[in-house]
Amino acid sequence: MEGEELTEQETALYDRQIRVWGADAQRRLTRAAILVYGINGAVAEFCKNIVLAGVGSLTLVDDRGVTEEALSANFLIPPDETLYEGKSLAELCSDSLKDFNPMVRVSAERGDISGFSGDFYSKFDVVVVSCCTLTTKKLINDKCRRLSKRVAFYSADCRYSSGEIFVDLHSYKYTKNKLDEAIECELQYPSFEEATAVSWSKLPRKMSKLYFAMRVIEKFEEKEGRSPGGVSITDLPAVLKLKNELCEAQSLKESQIPDALLERLVSSQIEFPPVCAILGGVLGQEVIKAISGKGDPLKNFFLFDAFDGKGVIEDISSRDA
Amino acid sequence: MASQQQLSAVKGAKVLMVGAGGIGCELLKTLALSGFQDIHIIDMDTIEVSNLNRQFLFRRSHVGLSKAKVARDAVLRFRPNINITPYHANVKDPDFNVDFFKKFNVVLNGLDNLDARRHVNRLCLAADVPLVESGTTGFLGQVTVHLKGKTECYECQPKPAPKTYPVCTITSTPSKFVHCIVWAKDLLFAKLFGDTTQDNDLNVRSSDAAGSSENSKDVFERRKDEDIEDYGRRIFDHVFGYNIEMALSNEDTWKNRNRPRPIYSKDALPEKSIKQNGSVEKNGSTDDPSSVSAMASLGMRSPQDVWSLMENSKVFLEALKLFFTTREKEIGSLSFDKDDQLAVEFVTAAANIRASSFGIPLHSLFEAKGIAGNIVHAVATTNAVIAGLIVIEAIKVLQNDTKNYRMTYCLEYPTKNMLLMPVEPFEPNKSCYVCSETPLSLEINTYQSKLRDFVEKIVKAKLGMHSPIIMHGSALLYEVGDDLEEDMVANYAANLEKVYASFSFI
Repeated sequence: MEGEELTEQETALYDRQIRVWGADAQRRLTRAAILVYGINGAVAEFCKNIVLAGVGSLTLVDDRGVTEEALSANFLIPPDETLYEGKSLAELCSDSLKDFNPMVRVSAERGDISGFSGDFYSKFDVVVVSCCTLTTKKLINDKCRRLSKRVAFYSADCRYSSGEIFVDLHSYKYTKNKLDEAIECELQYPSFEEATAVSWSKLPRKMSKLYFAMRVIEKFEEKEGRSPGGVSITDLPAVLKLKNELCEAQSLKESQIPDALLERLVSSQIEFPPVCAILGGVLGQEVIKAISGKGDPLKNFFLFDAFDGKGVIEDISSRDA
Repeated sequence: MASQQQLSAVKGAKVLMVGAGGIGCELLKTLALSGFQDIHIIDMDTIEVSNLNRQFLFRRSHVGLSKAKVARDAVLRFRPNINITPYHANVKDPDFNVDFFKKFNVVLNGLDNLDARRHVNRLCLAADVPLVESGTTGFLGQVTVHLKGKTECYECQPKPAPKTYPVCTITSTPSKFVHCIVWAKDLLFAKLFGDTTQDNDLNVRSSDAAGSSENSKDVFERRKDEDIEDYGRRIFDHVFGYNIEMALSNEDTWKNRNRPRPIYSKDALPEKSIKQNGSVEKNGSTDDPSSVSAMASLGMRSPQDVWSLMENSKVFLEALKLFFTTREKEIGSLSFDKDDQLAVEFVTAAANIRASSFGIPLHSLFEAKGIAGNIVHAVATTNAVIAGLIVIEAIKVLQNDTKNYRMTYCLEYPTKNMLLMPVEPFEPNKSCYVCSETPLSLEINTYQSKLRDFVEKIVKAKLGMHSPIIMHGSALLYEVGDDLEEDMVANYAANLEKVYASFSFI
């Protein structure tokens, strides 16, 4: 097999998880480089999970300072304000994460990475974004897709008691074990832009309503030039108005996006920690699968709503005629 | 959901967590972030290295310390103003009685064994306190809610008991590797290094009526001044050679089974090892007995390798030698511990040689350790998801949101495109012997069965009642307790030996 064996220390530390995914997968994890852009509660959970799993490196970027909202759902930020001086959210989280697993190289960088070149992105195997505008999300997704190296792209967004994960593995080959036989599989993933461009009326009737609700709010924030997560309860009338406009344009019945659902999503700007844990856990598992090449990866949206407790996978790809 | 009502319900709640391990760490963190301010946590364990891949509140420097206490300290670091009360104790301690449980608004379990779960279930029913149960294995997990009278209790549906194997499968006719492990661990290891006064089926064969108990006592004991390698080879030849030949002599056993082949050390390992690896000092720079390892001594590096018969034989002899030369004091009182490297090496080697004899595929030390140690495979992500789901249910419970309680299953493969599947809780099982009022009926031969049979086999073993009180009408026949008077204890002991029919009542 390529590369070195796991060290004795790694084997002892990772024993319980090696029993889940095997030594080979663990070796691949120790060589993987992850980039995280934008740290919310769910992403903080993800970072904890991926560091514990033993990846090679984790690079965090988030130039924002500490806010009340951040403190409420992010356990990586120390409550001692004297430590915040001159440090970005990424730097504070990076300091905490190093402790969880000294074998992982955790670091922070500064800057608006949506302006960075392809060379920057090619250093990584996985890119995870959150707390960014629709434009930035599409831009970074696009940069990843243009590379000759396959860089897996994920976005994670929480809106109060719900959350959404988007997965783009481009053209992904992996082996699946079915009854002692190894089967070669290949999946084609659309970009975020391509997926969200799929006409709503073409999607199955039983589609998760949360998917539509997320698109409405996303569109609203973009239209109004709001910062991500900046929509609030006072915006509800305008959000509902936008919903009706979009439904008409997309030939979708308005009842497919209940007003009550939208109201719930905009009712609080603070994340709900249990949802962060769930989303961060699922995202962690997906990234581990993608790096190890083991296990069916999620395609391509995961949606969770604490209100009904369902964690649903929707496959939204452009259907060619 | 984040109504004022919810926030105040959470803020004022007194929560008991049982378990500060994989689920416990994730749960305590999420409870603290969600605004809970009064959390009590019970865990009897101390921290081990293998915990650190997922129990993220712990660091390497904490190995050996109490999980409950370290978890508390870690969470207080990011939520300094909440109250967390740790108990480094067994939840089965009598201190944690019904009155203790009554103090809480909800109990959250993060346990890893059936026995403790049943215990907590019964206390919650007795105290009428809601219980949120959970469990994870690898990628699978579930969260269930239990309210007395409204939903099933944890025991309404029978839970699978840990697997046991028939004695003759272990002693005479193994067909799977696990049978070889059980033989190596519970019979051979126990015989050589454990308490020799205990009964041991090692030389028992299904056809062996007379038994050879006198012989077996001599065979396994090391003779005075016997060379350690000679001793090892003698044991090897006895269990892998002679015993197999004896078993083969009974034709009936092998009519429909593959015959095992006897293996002798002179064939498996022809050359007597010269004392190149012999000296104890070679085993690393420390004198720490727990770092002694046959693999290290033999220059074998990877626990993932499947050893050949010869390599297994080398490890068998080397491990045995190392026990006698570096850990002599422990011999006679050792019990198998999955974290005892030398014990794991010995059991792996012995199981593999036996497997080889019976045509069963050999396994690596890594795999053998998992089987012998009943290791549950575990990752951080599933525990995090489950913890989130537990808190969601706990909040519903605190608000009496009865209609919305859910049992949630975290699946490895999505079903109907669902990865997290919520289901409504079931109503209590009317014939559940734990939570329903329905009497359990038992058919018993009152002329032959003694009270002891009833207490040991039914009440304790099957019903899981550790401290039963047995009454007939108002007459007290038997009870367990620390503060009983001598004459009562004698009376109960006498009662146990009586058959049912002999109890006469006015």
